[in-house]
Amino acid sequence: MVWVLSLAAAAGAVVVFLVLRLWVVLHSRGVTPRESLSLVVVAGSGGHTTEILRLLESLSSAYSPRHYILADTDEMSAKKINSFELDRANRDSSTMRTRYYLHRIPRSREVQQSWLSTVISTLHSMWVSFPLIYRVKPDLVLCNGPGTCVPICISALLLGILGIKKVIIVYVESICRVETLSLSGKILLHLSDYLVVQWPTLKEKYPKSVYLGRIV
Amino acid sequence: MKCVFVTVGTTSFDDLIACVSAHDSLQIIKSLGYDRLILQIGRGTVAPEPFSTESFTLDVYRYKDSLKEDLEKADLVISHAGAGSCLETLEKGKPLVVVINEKLMNNHQLELAKQLHKEGYLFYCTCSTLPGLLQSMDLSTLKCYPPGQSEKFSAFLDKVVGLQK
Repeated sequence: MVWVLSLAAAAGAVVVFLVLRLWVVLHSRGVTPRESLSLVVVAGSGGHTTEILRLLESLSSAYSPRHYILADTDEMSAKKINSFELDRANRDSSTMRTRYYLHRIPRSREVQQSWLSTVISTLHSMWVSFPLIYRVKPDLVLCNGPGTCVPICISALLLGILGIKKVIIVYVESICRVETLSLSGKILLHLSDYLVVQWPTLKEKYPKSVYLGRIV
Repeated sequence: MKCVFVTVGTTSFDDLIACVSAHDSLQIIKSLGYDRLILQIGRGTVAPEPFSTESFTLDVYRYKDSLKEDLEKADLVISHAGAGSCLETLEKGKPLVVVINEKLMNNHQLELAKQLHKEGYLFYCTCSTLPGLLQSMDLSTLKCYPPGQSEKFSAFLDKVVGLQK
């Protein structure tokens, strides 16, 4: 009996500690000056990949190395990424060729998958994502949906919660989202450092978001 | 040669392909002065037979690595509401008609089409209203689409990650 209570108390203490750590991580916005930073980009397939590559086009070569995370079933994104990186290397022949990496993880949710199976497949994705994020220890995670990016962002948050590294998480909502935030967006509004929206209606609905106009 | 390019991106949109290659639609397209119709059908199961006559050509294919060439040749683009297809077309300055796929649940693509139409950059419709729209639309009323300003994003990101001097 006593040991059950002690166990419950210990579990409670751990939960409280983790929640406090989460609060600290989410509210630490101090800017560390730096010359370069390693980047994890979540390529969410289809239009998500196209949009995120457009965003990457505008970033300087200080954003390297670049680690792309994509779903294991997504061949088209791999092609787009390789093509993007090749173009970039050809344009920027003055600097040394940047290394970039492709990492595959299981899809955390198929379109219209049921809730319960989504929870299970997300947990499975976490099982794969966390070791990957732990290994890479990026400075920045950049994503724009869909569900594939949630376990990645949670893993990045965990690195902070466990005191291993503070990872900056930036989520850019798709240009398709004019009036309503996606499910990933709603989740990451509270878990990311910055959530960028591209239309003024969303900025009004979600004042916490960052509005820069149309950026893709 | 005046060309219409129909694209469904990486999706399947059988209703659109069937609608646009139906006899009536082809007549409308010809009557508007077009003599070539190219159908990019993606994953769709409806695959019309290509043909070529003296006055009209129909081409059909599933995918190409890049739609750039076909977009460049087109005088009118009819597209599904995917953001990639829409933006690529608008950035090339081509007149665009977006067809909404009513069979898609939770249709977030519709939001973008509506907004861009509101701002005067494209026309949109459903498969059933497409023939009517083709006959009545005035492409000269479409405004030129200013591209997105990705430099605002890079400036913002540089600042928050500490790269800005």
